[in-house]
Amino acid sequence: MDTYVTDGSLEGLLCAVYEWFEKKPGKVLIKTNSDHQPDVFGLDVKIYNDNTKADRVWKGLQTKLSAGWLRKFYCAYLSELPEINFHLFEFACYIFGGPPDAAQNFGNEHVLKLAQTARMVEREKHRMEAFIRFRKTQDEHFYCSIDPDFNVMPLILNHFRNRYADQRWVIYDIRRHYGIYYDLEHTSEIHLDRQDEQNLKKPGAVAHDQMEDGYETLWKNYFRSANIAARKNTRLHVKHVPKRYWKYLPEKH
Amino acid sequence: MSERIREKLNILADAAKYDVSCSSSGGNRKNDNKGLGDSHASGICHTYTEDGRCVSLLKILLTNHCIFDCAYCVSRKSNDIERAAFSVEEVVSLTINFYRRNYIEGLFLSSGIFKNADFTMERLLRVVKKLRLEEHFNGYIHLKTIPGASDELIREAGMYADRMSINLEMPTETGLKLLAPEKSHADVIRPLGFVQNQIIQFTEEKKLIKSVPKFVPAGQSTQMVIGATPETDKDIMQTADRFYRDFSLKRVYYSGYVPISLDNRLPMIGTQPPLIRENRLYQTDWLMRFYGFHVNELLNDGNPNLDIDIDPKLSWALRNLHFFPVDMNVAAYKMILRVPGIGVSSAKKIVQARKFGKLRIDQIMKIGVAYNKAKYFIKCADSPYQFKDYQHTQIKSFILAGSQSKYLKNDVKQLNLF
Repeated sequence: MDTYVTDGSLEGLLCAVYEWFEKKPGKVLIKTNSDHQPDVFGLDVKIYNDNTKADRVWKGLQTKLSAGWLRKFYCAYLSELPEINFHLFEFACYIFGGPPDAAQNFGNEHVLKLAQTARMVEREKHRMEAFIRFRKTQDEHFYCSIDPDFNVMPLILNHFRNRYADQRWVIYDIRRHYGIYYDLEHTSEIHLDRQDEQNLKKPGAVAHDQMEDGYETLWKNYFRSANIAARKNTRLHVKHVPKRYWKYLPEKH
Repeated sequence: MSERIREKLNILADAAKYDVSCSSSGGNRKNDNKGLGDSHASGICHTYTEDGRCVSLLKILLTNHCIFDCAYCVSRKSNDIERAAFSVEEVVSLTINFYRRNYIEGLFLSSGIFKNADFTMERLLRVVKKLRLEEHFNGYIHLKTIPGASDELIREAGMYADRMSINLEMPTETGLKLLAPEKSHADVIRPLGFVQNQIIQFTEEKKLIKSVPKFVPAGQSTQMVIGATPETDKDIMQTADRFYRDFSLKRVYYSGYVPISLDNRLPMIGTQPPLIRENRLYQTDWLMRFYGFHVNELLNDGNPNLDIDIDPKLSWALRNLHFFPVDMNVAAYKMILRVPGIGVSSAKKIVQARKFGKLRIDQIMKIGVAYNKAKYFIKCADSPYQFKDYQHTQIKSFILAGSQSKYLKNDVKQLNLF
């Protein structure tokens, strides 16, 4: 069995689909540069990125899939799960070769896997929209660093740009080493060097506005007052706010 | 940040917490004036309290001074508690500053009645007007309609609020008269009807003239207190059903009564709130709204109360075994929805997937059906032939034996003395 080795980008994946339809080599494996280990039995085919090929496959998907399914495809890609490239590839091949409306066939394992993964990513996106807590810095910026399970930054960008149109904000993904900065007009991608990032993780690294602790205290107070002790249900609480998200939430400190 | 604001927030958030509604969904306000905020169609829960309820709005009373003396209410006139009142500016500043830090989706503003209804409503209106007009705030605002306030004030408030609500408090008129002799359901029905007519009128006009402003775009809701008075589940759900139909309500909330008073008309302090019952009522509510059940199918004179140990859909299925088993490969969507263990999204997936071939048990399981519950009620392409006809009591005991109720450990019932 041949192995297609891509660079892990969406473009690379789409080129792999193009490559497969050009040669029709039968069953293939999809690996990325980082997780591929060559073996003696199959042939490795290196996939070179080519914008025109990727565009053509994407356009093809656009004609075959609804807007909702295109978003699912993209979301599943953003999950960065180890096996997801394989499922995306198989899904794309099935869509091009399968019956009309093939995306509705939830009996197909790749269709189902994509739908489920996309749902996980959307849930993480929604959690980030909910659990991000900005702190105001001395120079009037609202800052928050995040560490999401999946690469959801491209998905949450519009939400925050629409919502906080009149304040400068920065959201920085510590795990993936990039962030988004909004300057009241546009959003732009920012990168910090490793040293700055390390400093950012230390407490008190960001100079905060004097009122900041006041609002945080008020919020904690509100959180405590809103609780009805007679109905305490820790299991449900933790189900809604899993412990790995507590680090974002001042009310849980 | 003065210490006084902190105290006020504690008192007035504490007094507002028994209002369970905290949804921020259904709004569609866009941030097109470069202002602050927008509303997310599905709403966002920014955190959850330790009792597992969502916190998406800053839910406060403007004041907990009140001229009424309703036995079930923590802010009643005769209750000896600390009283406080926010100024309009304080509420606005709190809302804006919490919102900017992504703590909340918006404001839920209610109030005790001080002086009279119009005076209170006018004060609430000033808060929302200031938020919308001066602060260019486009976040979610849920405003309480004060019963007895004038139509002009309610109408103006509706132009700025996203959702308005007014609480029924007790499911039946007799229950309400028992605990709050000064109030009646008619006081609630009039403003609900008024706002509903306005919503219809505004949407009609909007079809013709695009610039017609929004009027309560997220609709109205109401709340009933459960377990304070001896109504059956049938009474409660029939009232809910009537209000859903007559006033196109978005939601009816059921709030298990948390004992807060020594009044002998009410459950004693320390009694466990009826959490399971509340949960079953919400399940019934969902079955009515999304699963095509009629309230009389679930609750009728034969079964005036919901089963505590099994959910209402399973209990309906066990009473109506002649509808089952349902064949996953041919049955209508409406019938698949009625199978215990199959939800709306699974049912939709099944209907779509079966166009591509006969569905087998493993596929049904992967789609997300709760198979251990559903298996007694469905037939798939590879289901083995059933030799035995199980009785409904047998099926019930099989299902109960295989499941662990999440409520068992919380299930503290008060014992009878005699």
